[in-house]
Amino acid sequence: MSKVQDILNQDLPYGQAPEDAKAAHAWLDQHQRNFGSFINNQWVKSEKSFPSFNPADGTELAHISQASPEQVDQAVQAAQSALAPWQALSPQRRAEYLYAIARQIQKHARLFAVLETLDNGKPIRETRDIDIPLVARHFYFHAGWAKLASEEFPSYQPVGVCGQIIPWNFPLLMLSWKIAPALAAGNTVILKPAEFTSLTALLFAEICEQIGLPPGVVNTVTGDGSTGRAIVEHPGIQKIAFTGSTEVGRIIRQSTAQSDKKLSLELGGKSPFIVFEDADLDSAVEGLVDAIWFNQGQVCCAGSRLLVQESIADKLYAKIRQRMATLRVGNPLDKSVDLGAIVDRSQLERIESLVNQGVEEGATKFQAPCDLPSDGFYFPPTLLTNVEPASTVAIEEIFGPVLVAMTFRTPAEAVQLANNSVYGLAGSIWTQNLDIAHDIAAQVKSGIIWINCTNQFDAAVGFGGYRESGFGREGGREGMFEYLKPILPQYSKDFPAIEVQKPVIDRTHKLYIGGKQVRPDGGYSFSAHGHEFALANRKDLRNAVEAAATAQPNWANTTQFLKSQILYYTAENLQAAEDQFTNAGISAEEFQASLDLIFRYAAWCDKYDGAVHQAPLRALIYTRNEPIGVAATFAPHQPTLLGLLATTLPLISMGNTVVAIPSVINPLPAVELMRILEASDVPAGVFNILTAPHADLEKTVADHLGIDLVWHFSGEVGAHTIQSLSSGNLKQTWCVTDSIDFTQPHTEFLRRSTQIKNIWTPYGA
Amino acid sequence: MQSLTINRSAVDRRADTFTKRRTVKKDHQAAYLIRAIECIDLTTLSGDDTPSNVHRLCVKARQPITPDLQKRLDITPIHTGAVCVYHAYVADAVSNLAGSGIPVAAVSTGFPAGLSPFKQRLEEIHQSVQDGAHEIDIVITRAHALTQNWAALYDEMRAFRDACGSAHVKAILATGELGTYTNVARASAVCMMAGADFIKTSTGKEPVNATLPYALIMTRLIRDYYERSGVKIGFKPAGGIRTAKQATEYLMLMKDELGNDWLYPHLFRIGASTLLSDIERQLEHHVSGRYSAFNRHPMS
Repeated sequence: MSKVQDILNQDLPYGQAPEDAKAAHAWLDQHQRNFGSFINNQWVKSEKSFPSFNPADGTELAHISQASPEQVDQAVQAAQSALAPWQALSPQRRAEYLYAIARQIQKHARLFAVLETLDNGKPIRETRDIDIPLVARHFYFHAGWAKLASEEFPSYQPVGVCGQIIPWNFPLLMLSWKIAPALAAGNTVILKPAEFTSLTALLFAEICEQIGLPPGVVNTVTGDGSTGRAIVEHPGIQKIAFTGSTEVGRIIRQSTAQSDKKLSLELGGKSPFIVFEDADLDSAVEGLVDAIWFNQGQVCCAGSRLLVQESIADKLYAKIRQRMATLRVGNPLDKSVDLGAIVDRSQLERIESLVNQGVEEGATKFQAPCDLPSDGFYFPPTLLTNVEPASTVAIEEIFGPVLVAMTFRTPAEAVQLANNSVYGLAGSIWTQNLDIAHDIAAQVKSGIIWINCTNQFDAAVGFGGYRESGFGREGGREGMFEYLKPILPQYSKDFPAIEVQKPVIDRTHKLYIGGKQVRPDGGYSFSAHGHEFALANRKDLRNAVEAAATAQPNWANTTQFLKSQILYYTAENLQAAEDQFTNAGISAEEFQASLDLIFRYAAWCDKYDGAVHQAPLRALIYTRNEPIGVAATFAPHQPTLLGLLATTLPLISMGNTVVAIPSVINPLPAVELMRILEASDVPAGVFNILTAPHADLEKTVADHLGIDLVWHFSGEVGAHTIQSLSSGNLKQTWCVTDSIDFTQPHTEFLRRSTQIKNIWTPYGA
Repeated sequence: MQSLTINRSAVDRRADTFTKRRTVKKDHQAAYLIRAIECIDLTTLSGDDTPSNVHRLCVKARQPITPDLQKRLDITPIHTGAVCVYHAYVADAVSNLAGSGIPVAAVSTGFPAGLSPFKQRLEEIHQSVQDGAHEIDIVITRAHALTQNWAALYDEMRAFRDACGSAHVKAILATGELGTYTNVARASAVCMMAGADFIKTSTGKEPVNATLPYALIMTRLIRDYYERSGVKIGFKPAGGIRTAKQATEYLMLMKDELGNDWLYPHLFRIGASTLLSDIERQLEHHVSGRYSAFNRHPMS
């Protein structure tokens, strides 16, 4: 019987449809399968090298150089020398280079795709249809920013030399997310690909060479974590951008603390995938395929935590199991394969062990009945039901093709479960009801929300997380700020000095916590300018944070109009109390500037809008500028009143609640302000004030897991404490050691007060 | 019915990516194309049909690929799934196909608009069955779907079903005229409940005919109906399927969305007239390695 007849008689099996890998192997051979780093447009081999394997069959693909700290230093020097000439180019010229990169990637798209699949193990369908087209799109989009950046970001400048460390799950795509905005903003880069997957970064370097990108603008150093450490710790680098595990992110946060390096971290996740009872269930199941069985589940924003409404749970589970049966796992070069290989044996073992632990803790395991290849690292698509929030597999990021499922009863419970995580990267919401969709989208604490879709990406749309999923955004207008630094107006002259009046009758100054003036827990005072001030200790801080945390959800939900009215009213009451502030040492000039500032943020309340992004998709993609949460602020010591207001009101106007530690040189205006706040309808807990020497509270603030962000404006020493200790919950920090002219506006204050949530809403009648 | 809703963007995305998730090559590709031929309702539905072109069609249905090509593929003889004509040519087709085992399908019930008097539509079915049609492709009253009058659609479909007697009935939804994906889903469900043996996308006369998103919606509903009732309903995309690649995509969609039972003519048909020529060319390429031309293959 013929083969064709045989296939006809056997219900038409798919057979094999492998993509030809000849061209990729020829490219590897052309380099003798032995690669150096790309430094200053030279190929530099290292003494040590390591093999890079094809995870699909375990064969060795090439030897990769282990770049030494000296070579990292060479790369940094090259990037430093290249910086000024790169910035001296016209925006047009820089745009032309980025455009040339985009074009070259399209011209060599299939070579990139095949090489990526060989190196990483992900299916050719994904590299060919998703990764590489998105890479080209990213460079096109940022060719545009290269052209427009100087006019669109007038009060910002390039940050300098950027060190960029990327993961192995989307090797070239993550490279593009890092390099494109960095170059567009006028920076030069040192990029380290993950040691498992360096090859496409090296092919990319070759393209940079071919298009004549000036030496030193892009440097690619290969190696393991030690090479990464050399980058992170190098003093000649002004910015570190990292995508990878939360664990390494914490280490980077700590080791950059003593420097003024700008930092963006895109870390792990355990993103909820929420299915309501009125959803199009078959489409939701297909969404899950894209959520957790995309790239073998090795996706930081994978929808790995299925939350399903109890009324439809069994029905949905049955549909998922049925769909899992038609997933095809195997040779990633096969064009009919849905899941390829896990990147490395170590990852495979981690997935296996977590799944076993899940089952031991009571989960019910279902695995797709599929044949796995005998060579290489493969794991079958897996569904764990009977999982509860307390289960290890519901908490830990598995980073594999493993979906854990649990149920909810009401929309409110769905939100509670969704937010019951240290992470906050993405969330997917499935419902046919517009009211539910947008309400839940607003409430889920994550940087990306996909309504009735999942794992959608585009250069025009910011990507990045809340909470311990990191900070900073990649893509869109918002992503450019990671590679720019604000030109903050510098302080030029002091306000006139006014003597602080000593009261005739002794006054009792207290702390301001939860809308009340309270005595300090420790019962101590400190003195300044002849006044005794309550000395706040760590318990007072704890109480203030608790008050702020309690007040925060309501304050966030208070309309922006009402917030503005409260701020205007505060200005009104402040004005009426001018004499008290004069007695407290505030000059007429500073007082007027303070009123101006309150008006400024009252004005901004209802004007700092989100945006609608333009991605090539039939979808409404809108952003919300959301509050970050509970802020602790260390005010500058001068000017006392204006500095306190300037470092708190932007936060408050955007819906954060604040624990402020005012100037210690003269806390009296802050104490007077407590009385104004009490009289001005500022809700209890929104604005708390603790008087204390800053060093007393810096460590406690940085350690406190209930504080989401810290602004520190009172000196370098404290700034370093804040930065190095804030890695515990990866709180966002903004430390400004220069003296700022607070009478001049800068949008950086509002930008730092918010986190951007991007909400994708495809539509179609 | 009101709770059955379809998310259009999600369906479009699945349909769009499906064709990039699956492909067949070489012998597998040839086998898929042979099976596609076996599932074709070879169709002529033109105002200028005469006994001669219907005869040509029937001969082609009996021998869709040349004996030479069949030999080189080394497969058992094949024929198309059915021949599909207007009522006027049912009797001719039946006699042309005598002894071949190929059923004759008649489009009916005021095809394509379905707006002739109801009694007349039923009578049309009776007469086609009387003339020997084994399969009746009825058209639904689109207005019932567009006005959400599902009870009326159900009653209509029941009446058509009863009129067909032992003949198979395929319900043409005219998906391109139903306005929304949700209506396509609801109409599919109603027609199946009312006894359709097949649900079919289009008459071929609507501005938009068979598309993968429509097919996806309808196959999902067929699966759902099977799970609820244990009854397997067939699927027939029709209109606009002209290339071997499209036919292969529909077969793969059947395989993944419904399962292997739907890879055979008793549960899957493709309504097409020119598709066969393209498949023949592809098969010729498969056996010879050379690209072929239309004039080398007998027309239907």
